[in-house]
Amino acid sequence: MSLPIYMDNHATTALDPRVLEAMLPYLREDFGNAASRNHAFGWRAEAAVEQARAQVAALIGAQANELVFTSGATESDNLALKGVAEFYRSKGDHIITLKTEHKAILDSGKRLERMRQERLEELKLLRLMELTGGEVKPEDADALSAQYKLDQDPVLQRWAAVVRAGARVTYLDVEKDGRVDLGKLADAMTDRTILVSVMLANNEIGTVQPLAEIGKLCRSRGVLFHTDAVQGVGKVPFDVESMKVDLASITAHKLYGPKGIGALYVRRKPRVRIAPIIDGGGHERGMRSGTLNVAGIVGFGKAAEIARTEMAAESARILALRERLRAKLTSELDMCTVNGSLEHRLPGNLNISFAYVEGEALMMAIKDVAVSSGSACTSASLEPSYVLRALGVEEDMAHSSIRFGLGRFNTESQVDAVARLVVEKVKKLREMSPLYEMASEGVDIKSIAWTAH
Amino acid sequence: MAYSDKVVDHYENPRNVGTLDKSDPNVGTGLVGAPACGDVMRLQLRISDEGIIQDAKFKTFGCGSAIASSSLVTEWVKGKTVDEATTITNKEIAKELSLPPVKIHCSVLAEDAIKAAVADFKKKRAERQGVLATATTT
Repeated sequence: MSLPIYMDNHATTALDPRVLEAMLPYLREDFGNAASRNHAFGWRAEAAVEQARAQVAALIGAQANELVFTSGATESDNLALKGVAEFYRSKGDHIITLKTEHKAILDSGKRLERMRQERLEELKLLRLMELTGGEVKPEDADALSAQYKLDQDPVLQRWAAVVRAGARVTYLDVEKDGRVDLGKLADAMTDRTILVSVMLANNEIGTVQPLAEIGKLCRSRGVLFHTDAVQGVGKVPFDVESMKVDLASITAHKLYGPKGIGALYVRRKPRVRIAPIIDGGGHERGMRSGTLNVAGIVGFGKAAEIARTEMAAESARILALRERLRAKLTSELDMCTVNGSLEHRLPGNLNISFAYVEGEALMMAIKDVAVSSGSACTSASLEPSYVLRALGVEEDMAHSSIRFGLGRFNTESQVDAVARLVVEKVKKLREMSPLYEMASEGVDIKSIAWTAH
Repeated sequence: MAYSDKVVDHYENPRNVGTLDKSDPNVGTGLVGAPACGDVMRLQLRISDEGIIQDAKFKTFGCGSAIASSSLVTEWVKGKTVDEATTITNKEIAKELSLPPVKIHCSVLAEDAIKAAVADFKKKRAERQGVLATATTT
């Protein structure tokens, strides 16, 4: 068997040879700028872009003119949150999302919160200057605020009510299986809520959210609904019409397409508006300026077409591989736990914690297999996975997690080889683990007074 | 992130993995770290009455660098006196294994494990001498 084996298809996927074939002419002779309206080079590029736009739209049940091409899902997520917050700021300023969303959503939300907070701080300083009749240094603001009881100041409250910068963001908890509770989502909505953003499928645990129910709820409350559909599109059914989705982020490289090209679906009926975050030549109907990545877009289109026609058969095949891997691991190893819902899950995702074995050590032991871990040691932050923590997974079990991401090019013999290797190495590492020894002797690991470092 | 050859060597061929009888009066056991942080090291030393480290065993839950750090110190402490062993610093361990900055805490843990094992041995010995002292006076 050829090594290494790639089982990290949530990180990225291999470029399908059919996609590369479709792209090549646009990297060679058909290099035109799709915005060149007056010569054949531009016309050919434009025709290729429009064909691809229709292919991508067909995959998600959209119209071609509802897609805005971007550099990828991170940009699409930024554009959706910041674009809606800015455009609808006279309507409201509250956004609801989940604690398990991708960082592109969470950190866009944090920036919007910071923008609003900075504006409020400015107003506070202005009000203090008015009250004291002089200069106020930012470092004195807190003491003066207390002295002048600014938290009860009616003038400042009136000023704050007209602040139109940034947003307030609610980060909802998820249930133990990783899914959102619709009742809690409904309860979090206020008359200031303008947007709900819930992902189609999670990148770590593969949990698929109930988008149709969320879409129905949002539509009934007059709130826009955005979904980061990156991990799920082309793998599980996704349709913007039946799910009443208003905005959706997608990207090519999770679909066996090229990196550097994504899209934001923006609904036309009823019309959804966004303010651009990149200004310039007015490409993509003013929502995203910048010369179009023609070859990337053509590849995205081809990848979407393949996904649309092959998804049903491919997902069934990959699910069977995933279940084969899960059965082998859980039957031959004790004390392992699958993280997230098994029922509502991407077919190719298996996120599993092998108790008393540290994830990075296991990855090192299976170095010819490309997987990911929720262990802190694999991140620069030294914090274990925030997604697993949001599910209520204990920190030690988060450190012990491995994410297998199966995809189009994985085979049954690869699954069997990986399962054999993982079983062997987990057993070896447990032989070296003081925790496994203690647990086997019946010592309650939690009863020990550990010294955090 | 690439691992140094020495880390890989200790990780793939760990020295002195195992368990010593912790009820043996000449065995000191150090258990440091925390499962929540992703590192737990247990270092056990068998120390002669003259204070020479005769044997060392470890078990570690942690990343490759943590396993390599503990494996390395078991090699280093054998044959040393207790006082010599406790002068081993995390800097020496980190240097020997070429640990990157993000893995320095693994070497700190290994240094702590030596100190904890020696402290456990000294505590046991003091208790034993206490018992002996009480026995002779009565």
